[in-house]
Amino acid sequence: MIYYMAAAFLIAIGIYALMLKKNMIKMVIGLSLMDSGVNLLLISLGYINGGTAPILLNGVKPQEVVDPLPQALVLTNVVIGVSVTALALSVIIRVYKHYKTLNSDKVRDMKW
Amino acid sequence: MILTIAVAILILMMMVFAVYSVETKDLLYAVVGTMAVSLIVSILFYVLQAPDVAMAEAAIGAGISTAVFVIAIKKTERYEHD
Amino acid sequence: MIKKSIALILIAILFVAIFFTLANDLPFGDNRTTTGVSDKYIYHGVNDTGASNLVTAIVVNYRGFDTLGEVTVLFVAATGVGAVLYNMGRPAGKKRKKTEASLIVRTGSRILFPMMLLFGAYIFVHGHLTPGGGFQGGAVIATAFLFKYVSDTRYHIDHNKFTATESVVGMTFALVGIMGLLLTGYFLFNFLPNGSPGELLSAGIIPIIYVAIGIKVGAELTGILDNMMEVEQ
Repeated sequence: MIYYMAAAFLIAIGIYALMLKKNMIKMVIGLSLMDSGVNLLLISLGYINGGTAPILLNGVKPQEVVDPLPQALVLTNVVIGVSVTALALSVIIRVYKHYKTLNSDKVRDMKW
Repeated sequence: MILTIAVAILILMMMVFAVYSVETKDLLYAVVGTMAVSLIVSILFYVLQAPDVAMAEAAIGAGISTAVFVIAIKKTERYEHD
Repeated sequence: MIKKSIALILIAILFVAIFFTLANDLPFGDNRTTTGVSDKYIYHGVNDTGASNLVTAIVVNYRGFDTLGEVTVLFVAATGVGAVLYNMGRPAGKKRKKTEASLIVRTGSRILFPMMLLFGAYIFVHGHLTPGGGFQGGAVIATAFLFKYVSDTRYHIDHNKFTATESVVGMTFALVGIMGLLLTGYFLFNFLPNGSPGELLSAGIIPIIYVAIGIKVGAELTGILDNMMEVEQ
C-alpha cells in the first residue's frame, strides 16, 4: 500500500513541475520523475505477497513467483525513457543557442 | 517488520528528494536529487522482487540519465531565474 | 498566485484519486496472475522457450516483435539527437575542457575500462539465466565509455565504426526473425533447439538476440552521449 502512495506522489509531483515551472530543464526533470512513478506503479501492481523473483532456477516453483509481465513492460519503458529525455534535452540545447534563455515564456515561437 | 520500516524510511527520503529537486533553483542540485530518486526507486524494485528492472533503473536512471542532464546543463546555464 | 493554488488543488485531487482508486480496486499483494495471460507465461514459459528467467522469455521470445519496435524507437531517438544537434560540434583538434582530469581518474579509468566492458558483456550473455540482459548490459557498456570521456579531454569515438557495428547487430536481429519466418512460418519464431534450462547454450534464439540488443543499446547510448558532449559551448 505504501508503494502505491509513493508512486502516486511521484506522478503528482511530476505533473506539478510540468504545469507550474517555467524552466525547460525543470520540466524535463518533472517528466523523468513521472516516468519513475509510473514504473513503480506497474511493478507494485505485479507484486504478490510472499512471492520470489520470476527466475525458475534452484528449485523455485511456478506457484510462488511474482507476475513477470509488468516487469517485462517496465524494462522496455526504462530504456525508452532515457532516449526521450536525451532527445528533449538536445532540443532544449538548440533552443538555448537561438534564444539565450531557458524560460519557456520568453521563447516567442512556443507561445500560442 | 524491519523491512517495512526500512521501506517506509526510503520512501520518505524519496519524497523529500523529489520535492527538493523540483523546488531548488540550482539545476545541478536538482539533477542530483533526481538521481537519488532513481536510486531509491531501483532499491524498491529489488524489494518488490524485480531484479531485472532494478538493474536497468540503476544503470540507466542513475547513470546515463544523470550524465545526459549534467551535459545539457553545462551547455546551457546552471541557475533558474524567475 | 491564484493560478498556482488552483493547480495545487487539482494536483492534490489527482493524487487522492489515483491512490484511492488503486487501493480499492487493486489491493496490494493480491494474486492476479490466475486471471490474465501471465498464467501461461509462468507455467509454460520454461518449457516453451528454455529460458529460466521469465522476464527474458517474455521480452525476447513471446514479445520479440515488440522488442524489435522498441530497438527501432531507440535508434530513431539516437538519430534525432544527431539531427537536432547537427553542425554544433567543436572544431577539430580543440580540447573539450580546459582542465585535464587528475592522475587518479586517468589511471583508474585505464584499469577499470576493460573490466566494465567485461561486466557489461557478462550481463547480456547470461540474460536468460540470471537477472540482466541486453538493455542492462548495453547501459553498463555506455557507462564505461562515459568514464573514458570524463578521464580524457581529447577522447572521442569513431562514429563510422560505431555506426557499422550498430547496423550489423541490428541486421542480425532482423535476419534471425526472417530465418524464423522461412523455417517455421512465423516471424521471430524460435527455430533452434531449446536445450536444457539452466545451461549457457540453451533457450534457442534468445542468447543471439540478447547479445545483438546489448551491443546495439551500448553503441546507441554512447552515440547519444558523444553527440551531446561534442556541442561547443
